[in-house]
Amino acid sequence: MKYVAEYRDPAWARRLSEEVARVVTRPWTLMEVCGGQTHSIVKHGVDAMLPTGIELIHGPGCPVCVTPVGLIDAALHIAAMPGVMFCSFGDMLRVPGTRGDLLSAKAAGAEVRIVYSPLDAVQLASRHPERQVVFFGVGFETTAPATALAVAQAASRGLTNFSLLVSHVRVPPAMEALLSTPGCRVQGFLAAGHVCAVMGTAEYESIAARHRVPIVVTGFEPVDLLRGVLCCVRQLESGRHEVENEYPRAVRDGGNEPAQGWMKEVFRVVSREWRGMGILPGSGLGLAEPYARFDALLRFGIRSEGASPETECSSGLILQGRLRPPECPAFGTRCTPEHPLGATMVSSEGACAAYHRYRRPKGRT
Amino acid sequence: MNEVLEMQCPVPIREYPQVLMAHGGGGRLMHALVERMFGVAFANPILDRRHDAAVLPASSHRLAFTTDSYVVRPLFFPGGDLGSLAIHGTVNDLVMSGARPQYLSAGFILEEGLPMEVLWRVVLSMRHAAAQSGVMIVTGDTKVVDAGAGDGLFINTTGLGLIEHSLTIDPRSVAVGDAVLISGDVGRHGMAVMAMREGLEFESAIESDSASVAEPVLAMVRAGMELHCLRDLTRGGLTASLNEIAEASSMSIRITEEAVPVRGDVSAACEILGLDVLQVACEGRFVAFVPEAEAERALAILKAHPVSAGAVRIGTVESKDGAEVVAQGVLGRDRVLPMPSGEQLPRIC
Amino acid sequence: MCLAVPGRLLRVQGEEALWRTGRVDFGGVIKEVSLACVPEVRPGEYVMVHAGVAISRLDEEEALRLLDSLRSIQGLSDSGEEDP
Repeated sequence: MKYVAEYRDPAWARRLSEEVARVVTRPWTLMEVCGGQTHSIVKHGVDAMLPTGIELIHGPGCPVCVTPVGLIDAALHIAAMPGVMFCSFGDMLRVPGTRGDLLSAKAAGAEVRIVYSPLDAVQLASRHPERQVVFFGVGFETTAPATALAVAQAASRGLTNFSLLVSHVRVPPAMEALLSTPGCRVQGFLAAGHVCAVMGTAEYESIAARHRVPIVVTGFEPVDLLRGVLCCVRQLESGRHEVENEYPRAVRDGGNEPAQGWMKEVFRVVSREWRGMGILPGSGLGLAEPYARFDALLRFGIRSEGASPETECSSGLILQGRLRPPECPAFGTRCTPEHPLGATMVSSEGACAAYHRYRRPKGRT
Repeated sequence: MNEVLEMQCPVPIREYPQVLMAHGGGGRLMHALVERMFGVAFANPILDRRHDAAVLPASSHRLAFTTDSYVVRPLFFPGGDLGSLAIHGTVNDLVMSGARPQYLSAGFILEEGLPMEVLWRVVLSMRHAAAQSGVMIVTGDTKVVDAGAGDGLFINTTGLGLIEHSLTIDPRSVAVGDAVLISGDVGRHGMAVMAMREGLEFESAIESDSASVAEPVLAMVRAGMELHCLRDLTRGGLTASLNEIAEASSMSIRITEEAVPVRGDVSAACEILGLDVLQVACEGRFVAFVPEAEAERALAILKAHPVSAGAVRIGTVESKDGAEVVAQGVLGRDRVLPMPSGEQLPRIC
Repeated sequence: MCLAVPGRLLRVQGEEALWRTGRVDFGGVIKEVSLACVPEVRPGEYVMVHAGVAISRLDEEEALRLLDSLRSIQGLSDSGEEDP
């Protein structure tokens, strides 16, 4: 594919990793924010191409992983209601709630559909007026415009059988929370390229300045990731802490204004619980007042319970980069993709699942 | 062949445009269905005797015996349908032991209300696939279930094949140093079917790779090649098949990811949906484990047949410990390919 | 989080922003995607698509510039391989 294959070129990747080795003089700990980046790093072995001392820790940027158990339970409850067609992205289906997951709800007779886009769920609602179509709106700022458009389209068509179980989250408050955690080891960030394609880079200026951390907007292919690491290390080595855009082919400084416009039209900023991290102020998007009638919790009279129960799962520490997946006592033994204890083992973007799926052969690098 | 393909469905569709419970009830309607649809489409001297059991000539050769049930949705997809799949799948299972496929049974579970015309198209497709694969359908069964108790049409086929060689084509024959060959590009069947799922649709020229691979395999057997193991790729794709062999042989297998042929559009569809192409289903592809010294000759034979013209070497059997499948990625780094955990779900966010 | 894939816009349909869609070619796979967030994009240009929505126009000049900047990192690889 054009504009993908070029950025997986092994010769370029090697040159970049050699350049990182040339400029680095001491150990640095960087965090890639986005689960898509984690997936790519572990799949391609980008981490193994870095000099000793450069450590990548995996951030909380996996919407499937941070969706709280209470909302998954709400999803299971709604999906099981008669007449409901419950639509979701594929990777939400295996995430365990208190009792089972959406796949087991489907097995028990619920109509659960995988869709590629929230707009497909609106199409289904138009095509099936006899059903109540509910879309499970998870995702960061990258996905929020698509969900906003779905709600706007449903409103424009006057659909009364479409609603949204909304669990959208925002990256900057999560980065703030991480940096404010005592013992935070993160010295520089690779910011999530596609989030910035929508939101731009302005939100990160104050984080970089206040916490004195470089934030490098980074793409998803190996060459992009190594380029992001290189720029981050260069900043750290020269004592700078700036926001730098190393993904300019997709990211403009101001982001995508029409997309931001749709988000502002449909959503408002709310507090939201993150699985493993607790309630973070201003970290979520909920439906704005004029669109409240599309809120599935209201439509079906569900109260989403907060306070997720404690389990053996260490996903909170994993999501904050304080524990590496193989260091978890349950990893690969009591917790596997077939029997996940928590969401980071479920989503293929979750750090635990990525480690499990793309682990290195024994005794090799 | 052509005259049958062009021919009208012999069961009076105008009278019974849909399958009724009575078509499985043992009476006149069932008799008409069996005689005039299955009997005509699958006609051969053994089936034509209409015994309760097909009577087959005995042979001094070892026999290969396999069964599989086919439930794919949709029934018709680019490059194939449930009927051709039900023949190719069972034929290929026989061929993987180097057997010459000979006889098949066909069991139909029909849902009340299934359009008779749909059944006829599937049956014709089975007839065509069986003729191409050189097998006879010699016995069968029909059941009809209540509307809502099935999903249109399920087919089970069981196959018998003759093993006319003395090799042990089996994971236990896999040896350190064996070359690992693949018969062509991967992922087409899975993505052709995926393209038709409501909510995930996309347009492409991707057609299923569903096909019988009997010809190239039997050509290798006839050439006296020392085949160690053969395995067709089905659900779970290349990753699942290699893991099965690694586990059964207790050997570690190493492949080069870039060597695995993948069409550009298949790879693009996987990128869009966030799927790993090495885990996507195939229905006309297999891997062959042969001694290093035979690798070139095996590839030459495979390439001479259209169904395996894209054959290439993808790896080597590395060691006796670990029973792992290791892939060297595009950046030259190794990673383990674990057994896939269930159906791959599209990864969007 | 954010699987977004580049594709080439073939054709635009619809006038009103909310309903404007385009046929986008991803290396031989064609999908209809929403162009509600990229009103400026014209056929022939590339877009980044996430969950059925084009979220950004792909800047081809910037794409080439990154590859050029890589060429400026010189003399690091002693393998003697050609530039890609």
